[in-house]
Amino acid sequence: MQQQTLDAAQAAAFATDAARRPGASATPDAPVAARPPQTQSAPRRMAGIERRLAGWILPLLLILAWEALSRAGVIHGNVLPAPSAIALAGWQAARSGDLFQNMAVSAARALAGLIVGGAIGFVFGIANGVSELSHRYTDTTLQMIRNVPHLALIPLVILWFGIDEEAKLFLVALGVFFPIYINTLHGVRTVDPHLIEMGRAYGMTPVTLFVRVILPGALPSIFVGLRFALGVMWLTLIVAETIAAQSGLGHMAMQGREFLQVDVVMLAILIYALLGKLADVLTRLLEGVCLSWHPNFQPARS
Amino acid sequence: MLTIQSVSKIYPGGAHALSNVSLDIDAAEIVAVIGGSGCGKSTLLRLVAGLDRPSSGRVLIDHEPISAPHPAVGVVFQEPRLFPWLTVAQNVGFGLSGASKPQQGARVAAALQRVGLADHARRWPRQLSGGQAQRVALARALAPQPRALLLDEPFSALDAFTRADLQDHLLSLWDELRPTLLLVTHDIEEALVLADRVVVMQSRPGRIAAVLPIALPRPRDRISPEFDELKREALRILGHSWRAPPHAIAAE
Repeated sequence: MQQQTLDAAQAAAFATDAARRPGASATPDAPVAARPPQTQSAPRRMAGIERRLAGWILPLLLILAWEALSRAGVIHGNVLPAPSAIALAGWQAARSGDLFQNMAVSAARALAGLIVGGAIGFVFGIANGVSELSHRYTDTTLQMIRNVPHLALIPLVILWFGIDEEAKLFLVALGVFFPIYINTLHGVRTVDPHLIEMGRAYGMTPVTLFVRVILPGALPSIFVGLRFALGVMWLTLIVAETIAAQSGLGHMAMQGREFLQVDVVMLAILIYALLGKLADVLTRLLEGVCLSWHPNFQPARS
Repeated sequence: MLTIQSVSKIYPGGAHALSNVSLDIDAAEIVAVIGGSGCGKSTLLRLVAGLDRPSSGRVLIDHEPISAPHPAVGVVFQEPRLFPWLTVAQNVGFGLSGASKPQQGARVAAALQRVGLADHARRWPRQLSGGQAQRVALARALAPQPRALLLDEPFSALDAFTRADLQDHLLSLWDELRPTLLLVTHDIEEALVLADRVVVMQSRPGRIAAVLPIALPRPRDRISPEFDELKREALRILGHSWRAPPHAIAAE
């Protein structure tokens, strides 16, 4: 399943890549497409604002409709509290400091798991992309492990580590390992052989060749892996915290369930959505900095 | 100067790409190698570039054997092969590892100035047209001031106007820097416009069929009778080498 999603996303990325290139080479010696002019007219500025806010219009409308239906009594507060009630619960949790403490705990777990699992996945991806020997001996094993859903290990992990931090770290690290491994491997293996030969023509040593040609060439694919890994990271953490934890957002949601505080449960769910969006935005920013050379990561042009 | 001494290349599969090829190229001479596909002309260039090693024989630059890529030899391929994650200026400076930073900057600026792209220094390769990209590739190859520049069908992916433009450009660069040029091409006219000598190769196994000296003064008129005569001569040798069985011309 996971593999299929990855492949589909990459195929789509390559398709747009390929679709743009012929357009770029169709006019061989024509001057390069002009940059947008510095001074923008008012309609253009309005269009810019519209583009930035467009994604938030639908969520806002949904919340407004939800609030209206709650106030009209169509949606019962025991089933789904009104957005204002959830906001109030959020305000109270924030004032008592519980909310931020739980968020910090969850974020630290997510980050630690991402760093551990991501680093191992990255190292294996590089090693197996560069060395045929390493690939021959480890890839089969990794592929077998990959096909075991890592969340199925939760009972085993609880037996091993109890409900302490190690359990969450282990699960998140295992979850983020594979998207990063597969995409790093793919990136290293698909670096244009012409560019590698060009590097060799400059008499580069294997290490220099790796640092200056292979790694930058593999970077776009590594970022695809990172974005998938962030999704898996949240998913794993939430499930793990919901089942076995004494702090964190998942724990907060479970406590809300026990005391029938539907508003707290909803609050936790909304925070997940916002944190997921935040992680995505941060990755995009990082991509914008690291991949500004790449045609697929250009700011949209009208 | 470049010396190719009875070089043969047999690939692991048993394909006989080159058989006993010898050629001396003087300093600042322009030699063009033409021939049909599979005649080993690109293999020959890869051996001189040090990207492949000959099965027997050797290649020397100024009496120094080439067994790996040599800093005094620059290469331009059919594709520009610019690194997309480096700006135009960074691409040109790619091979300048020895010099100090300001020195590198000056060399990059000079190289870009020479190919007429000084104002494109901070662009990304994707923002360049095909002709511009190939000019950057030329600038990159020339920035370390190589003694020999190897060109593997460098203009064949460009349209006719851009190609003629770049051929003139190459000549003016050569006039300024005087490197030895070894040019592999399948375009007879390109060979005749640029080269002091045209080496005609034939295939199975790859070897030199004839060497045509081109005595016409530069710039050369592509529609003069003398030019036509040379073209006919080159075509005759090429046609001959395609049709005749190998032993019939082995006497050459």
